[in-house]
Amino acid sequence: MIHPFLFLEWLEHQMHLHFGPHVTYTWLVMILLILVALLVKRNIQTIPSGLQNFFEPVVDGIDGMIEETMGPKGKVYFPLIATIAFFILTSNLIALIPGFYPPTANLNTNAAMALTVFAMTHIIGVKEHGIGYFKHFCGPVIWLAPLMVPIEIIGHLARPLSLTLRLFGNMYGHEIVLMIFFALVPFIVPLPMMLMGVLVAFIQTFVFMLLSMIYIAGSLEEAH
Amino acid sequence: MEFFAWCMIAAGFGMAIGSFGTGLGQGLAIKSAVEGVARNPGASGKIMTIMLIGLAMIESLAIYVFVVAMIILFANPFTDTVLQLLGK
Repeated sequence: MIHPFLFLEWLEHQMHLHFGPHVTYTWLVMILLILVALLVKRNIQTIPSGLQNFFEPVVDGIDGMIEETMGPKGKVYFPLIATIAFFILTSNLIALIPGFYPPTANLNTNAAMALTVFAMTHIIGVKEHGIGYFKHFCGPVIWLAPLMVPIEIIGHLARPLSLTLRLFGNMYGHEIVLMIFFALVPFIVPLPMMLMGVLVAFIQTFVFMLLSMIYIAGSLEEAH
Repeated sequence: MEFFAWCMIAAGFGMAIGSFGTGLGQGLAIKSAVEGVARNPGASGKIMTIMLIGLAMIESLAIYVFVVAMIILFANPFTDTVLQLLGK
């Protein structure tokens, strides 16, 4: 929910700056993630304890999922996928704390991430197959190419659009629903909706991660 | 003023039609997934993953309608023109 009081926006106002809440809260999420990563990194032991106990299964789970979807070749792209996953999950979940604004409820943040994934798929494709990557766009038989190339190009351009709008629509829609419920009955009734918000945060993170993995896997495989 | 009334109606009906189709599609997907799990409970993990991806794909249709409805309601590009015409 967009809280009426956003503390970073207030701070920004005091300092006479203007970035917009989605930028400042993106920085907050970044600082948070970097701090936690440094804390975990500082004392890694064979027998895990504390934070390491929590992060080992999470990282292991993402690693396993990448192995399952992209094969052994996809292991190199673990940093990209995991960073996107952690960033989206954290910024989706801070939406539930009063005074925080989720950066993913803004089109610009999502478009930045989706365009990164879009660019990465093609960079990886060219790196992996060289000039032969463009066979991916030509379809199964060469004389079908004039028909397939426009369809494939439209299909590829629709990917960042759908990635952006899915995440944005889910987070923003959830905020609007919560706001309407709060305006109608400001007691108990919005609570199930907030529970659904936690669910939506996890599922959307999962979907964004999985789709970017599938896109990258698609450019890794051989053209048929 | 009639313009804004029609905007509301368009947004409401658009959302209704969009969620109608999405609901049908998601129901079909979940039906097949449940049948699959009932026949082979061992495959529930894989079916769950694939179902979630499919559901998110279908859901994005309703999300597009929602975004269009929000544009009609809150960021309508014709609002200024209509207000100017009303002022005259």
